[in-house]
Amino acid sequence: MKPRDTISAAIQVARAKGQPAIVAFMTGGFPDRTSFAKHLHAVADAADVVEIGVPFTDPMADGTTIQRSSRAALAAGTTLKWILAELAAQSPKPKAPILLMSYLNPLLAFGLDELPQAAAKAGVSGFIIPDLPFEESADMRAALEPVGLALVQLVTPVTPPERLAMLCKASQGFVYAVTMTGTTGKNVAVPEEVVEYMQRVKAVSPIPVCAGFGIRSREQVERMGPAVDGVVVGSALVEVLERGEDPAAFLRGLKSG
Amino acid sequence: MRADLKGLDTAALMANVMNDMYPDEHGRFGPFGGRYVPETLVPALDRLEAGVKRYLRDPDFLKEFHAELSSWVGRPTALTHARELSRRWGADIWLKREDLAHTGAHKINNSIGQVLLAKRLGAKRVIAETGAGQHGVASAAACARVGLPCIVYMGAVDMERQAPNVGRMKLLGATVMPVTSGDKTLRAAVDEALRDWVSDPNGTYYCLGSAIGPHPYPYIVRELQSVIGREAREQMLKATGALPDIAIACVGGGSNAIGLFHPFVKDRSVQLLGLEAGGLGTGLGQNAASLAYGKPGVLQGCYSLLLQDDDGQIQETHSVSAGLDYPGVGPEHALLQTIGRVRYEAATDEEALDALAEVCAAEGILPAIESSHAFAGAKRWARQNPGKRVLIGLSGRGDKDMPTLQRTLLKGVL
Repeated sequence: MKPRDTISAAIQVARAKGQPAIVAFMTGGFPDRTSFAKHLHAVADAADVVEIGVPFTDPMADGTTIQRSSRAALAAGTTLKWILAELAAQSPKPKAPILLMSYLNPLLAFGLDELPQAAAKAGVSGFIIPDLPFEESADMRAALEPVGLALVQLVTPVTPPERLAMLCKASQGFVYAVTMTGTTGKNVAVPEEVVEYMQRVKAVSPIPVCAGFGIRSREQVERMGPAVDGVVVGSALVEVLERGEDPAAFLRGLKSG
Repeated sequence: MRADLKGLDTAALMANVMNDMYPDEHGRFGPFGGRYVPETLVPALDRLEAGVKRYLRDPDFLKEFHAELSSWVGRPTALTHARELSRRWGADIWLKREDLAHTGAHKINNSIGQVLLAKRLGAKRVIAETGAGQHGVASAAACARVGLPCIVYMGAVDMERQAPNVGRMKLLGATVMPVTSGDKTLRAAVDEALRDWVSDPNGTYYCLGSAIGPHPYPYIVRELQSVIGREAREQMLKATGALPDIAIACVGGGSNAIGLFHPFVKDRSVQLLGLEAGGLGTGLGQNAASLAYGKPGVLQGCYSLLLQDDDGQIQETHSVSAGLDYPGVGPEHALLQTIGRVRYEAATDEEALDALAEVCAAEGILPAIESSHAFAGAKRWARQNPGKRVLIGLSGRGDKDMPTLQRTLLKGVL
């Protein structure tokens, strides 16, 4: 199995149990570099997929929570090199497949020649790159292909139908369906049109669909759940870690029953 | 899309520049440019690109744009012979007077053009970022003129050092949103404007003020600002019977410089010199000279040269001029430097302030601190090239800089 297939598989296993998969986002090196690995294992035990954010100085798609955690992680000296080294050093490995969420520039600075091997060696299964639209991604896809890492595509409520179908076909691991126009972290109500939009994405996607941006509560997960294969929980989890609460308990609380 | 520029065929790139091939169909200027934005903005940029194709060459739109340029902006702006500077510096110095344009800087050329475009595209509101406040003031004025609500994002640090412009924007009916995230200057203001646009990509028009950002912005800004160089070229020919030996402009993001340079790029006899903010010196964090000290990378939608560390984190910059205080530069400038068509140098804070004082005393003109960087570079060049014809882009007036000047040049004087 290629690394990227472990992501789809983990989501499908969770979905088969009648619950949407939980894709949990944590900022790398946050709340601090010493406790990061401990939290990572706890999150990986409770979630189905883990997304680790590589902190960047200019996170233009992120709201205030992830801006704050990114700044704190950078101030503590977190780099992509450190995150990869920390992941490579984990034994046993975290129980869930791992994705890196990074803006493009830290990846370019690391070097596209070295990145895929280094990521694969660290146990990473794929990437989400919020400022790399499909049209600019040929070099990245070509670099990731030989090691079988996923490049997850995002779709949004304003993506036109033809483009939606194209992006779903091009995506690997899962399709990241952004719930709303806007940045991460704002609490989103789940009106009927969002559920309908998720159903439209689901209808054209050959791989699992996960909804993300603004998902914070069990009510939202229950409402969105039937329409998708998984949900991404980011800012809310970062806030749990900021408050020093138990991330695993929070994640388990998102699932019903 | 690499972190290095090895193996570029600069001769081929130069030939493409001479044949007006850029931006190409991918929004690139050679290796630079492109469109690195969140997926939410892709349809909005597609619509903008379609609008640009439809209107930027449309006779009806151009008629409206040029009517506003002449009757409201006050174009053409003058070309002034700088008699005393010519005598002092031993060259023939000419000034393209964008400081005389409405609202006091070249920024208005772009703002009125884009706000007219926004109206044609059916936008409900216009957002803008600003550093020195000149683009914010210009956009606020253009929105008032055209009848659209305007929201301006401005770094908290810049709000303090350009306080007079904050009041002007408010009087012109704009809402000024203080930006306290990131470095609290121009770059954070762009990030915040992009976040706003992501929240309402259908109803909002983002009026970007410099030749930076995702395609088609660097192209739009160049097209709207090229009026500077077109006028200056004609005025020089009329006044002196010849083209200048060199054209000199300051470069932050690079909008006034590309506007001045673009119409001269094919005139191979005309040297082009851009002056970046050298700040306090050459160290990382001490300046805002991305062309001099930057490395290739992606920031705020485009691939260009950036001040960044080895991990790809964007560096904080320093310049006494808020308008040049930006860690990146327009992709077309990155290309023009790579192929050697334009040379870029840095002028320090001190050199710029000295030049500002000299221009005031010699010519009775108070230039913006941004523009004073171009004067500092011109002085250096003129001294080494006596008797040559020098065209300086005087991009804006310095009234807005009085708070900074009180703290620097005038410290202890008043």
